[in-house]
Amino acid sequence: MTTQTKKSIFNQPEKAYVHPYFGGMVLGIILFLALLFTGNGLGSSGATARIDAALVDAVSPSHVDNNPYLLKMAGGDKNPFDDWILPVFIGALLGGFASGAFNGRLKFMTTKGPNISNRTRWLMAFLGGVIFLYGARMARGCTSGQALTGGTTLSAGSWLVMFAIFGGAYGMAYFVRKLWL
Amino acid sequence: MNFPIASLIAVSAAHPWTYVVFALVGFAFGFTLEMSGFGDSRKLAAQFYFTEMTVIKVMFTAIVTAMVLLFGAVGLGILDFSQVWVNTTYIWSGVLGGLIMGVGFIVGGFCPTTSLASASTGKIDGMLFMLGGFVGAFLFGETEPLFTNWYNNAGYYGRLTLDQVFGIPVGAVVVLVILMALFMFWGSEQLERIFGKKDLSKEPKIRVVGAVVLFAAALAVFFIGSPSLEDKYNKVKFTRTESIPQLNADPIVNTNIYTADDMLAKRLVFITPAEAFKAKYNQSMNPVYLDVRSEADYNLYHIEGAVNVPLDRINEIVPVLLSEPPANSVFMVMSNDETAAVQGWKLLVASGVQNVYILEGGVNNWVAFFGKDDKTLQPNPKAGDDQLGYIFPAALGSRYESCSPNPIEYETLTFEAKIKLQLKRDKSGGGCG
Repeated sequence: MTTQTKKSIFNQPEKAYVHPYFGGMVLGIILFLALLFTGNGLGSSGATARIDAALVDAVSPSHVDNNPYLLKMAGGDKNPFDDWILPVFIGALLGGFASGAFNGRLKFMTTKGPNISNRTRWLMAFLGGVIFLYGARMARGCTSGQALTGGTTLSAGSWLVMFAIFGGAYGMAYFVRKLWL
Repeated sequence: MNFPIASLIAVSAAHPWTYVVFALVGFAFGFTLEMSGFGDSRKLAAQFYFTEMTVIKVMFTAIVTAMVLLFGAVGLGILDFSQVWVNTTYIWSGVLGGLIMGVGFIVGGFCPTTSLASASTGKIDGMLFMLGGFVGAFLFGETEPLFTNWYNNAGYYGRLTLDQVFGIPVGAVVVLVILMALFMFWGSEQLERIFGKKDLSKEPKIRVVGAVVLFAAALAVFFIGSPSLEDKYNKVKFTRTESIPQLNADPIVNTNIYTADDMLAKRLVFITPAEAFKAKYNQSMNPVYLDVRSEADYNLYHIEGAVNVPLDRINEIVPVLLSEPPANSVFMVMSNDETAAVQGWKLLVASGVQNVYILEGGVNNWVAFFGKDDKTLQPNPKAGDDQLGYIFPAALGSRYESCSPNPIEYETLTFEAKIKLQLKRDKSGGGCG
């Protein structure tokens, strides 16, 4: 990947990433302000589910009404987008884009381990997304909503979810090392 | 000013700017993730081969920073913790879902929010992870009915925080978490040195200062402590409007703000047996009858559907009341007269439970109102304050006729409605979930 051009779409020189402790501190302050003003933390996987629910509702409203899980989000005259997580989701996309533009990191590329093809990486990224969001819905939140936010508010369940995420990833890492090493 | 700000707790079409606030939160979130390097899957995956521990460093720095600030604000009484969303605990779906997420993490190289930062900067693998995410969330919705009972009940503990689990003050948990995080940071750097061949002498020295400041702040949180129930009770405010009809003009509407003690003194939270009974047939609310008497009294006689929670155990159900029942739940606390019910009301109100009322005159008044024709119930002249004022021939529980009055017989009841339903946050979606 290092062979790829360092020129970004906006032709800005690519800047270095911030120091992890600094990035974490800024993220922590944002999370605190979100909790202070709104009582809600950060998240995103809920938005994925809500966009899904809206799509299902558009194609087959009767299917929504027969599925208790979708019913909670899009049943009857409920608007699945009427939730704080949607603006956070869209905001995060814009924020990521802005940071990429600001730091010269906007470019079409594939980030992958050195020993796999782009196609393999694409397939695995897709598959990983399927698996991750399935698990995120089961656990009622992902790394942002459970680990980060729930960890901060000292939710007992969120700490369990956080350890389970790391446990699952470390447990699996050896078996998929070809993807990354 | 009291935080969180009530109108910001949920987005609402009535206040379009609430969408802007949440979009700004998301913007800052996405920006920070991208600038920390989370748009690159290699940086995320490296965490699990010990070559670069950026994930754990960013995540735990964020958690401990936010935690110190959060519980500092709670301790200083700026922020009402009962209004802060705390992820509900479901042990088994949480653990299994977490393990599945871990697999998805190492296979896909992202977690959902980092895939947004990646996709938005043009990374094709990030876009495909996002796309896969839509499929995964869809598949969950389709398969959830197969295990819905397990999903919604297994290891369910409601709103449960670590200080409650370990029975220690929240400040002590904050100190312990920060000690653990500092140890993890130290360990992560050692791992990076060993596996990532990183030269630690090039790391900024200021991080040691940061660690010391963080630890000092945690100690401060510990010594500030949490506001007592009494402090919280004194801060509770109720809004009531009164409308004064005018001759030939629109009525004048006054909005009054009352303290909890005002509400008791003005008897605005005492509802008559008639209103408590009619609440059952009101579609807009979900009545919950909380009977705080002893189990013995409860077995002798109780209103049908009442839940027995003796007064000394009422704090045990607060986490469940804060997280579980539907938003339109109305809690009606009752004792034999009112003394114990008032104490229960104070505790629930101080704990942040909303829509709590007291049955006026208690169970004795209920019997007097609905059971006046029941000849088997004899008044007990020797009953003291807050004791059962009747002698019951047998401990029939809720099988006396007056425990479940006939809705047809009592079709028309007149009462001054005291219940003002306050809709709290919608809990169905939860945090990220």
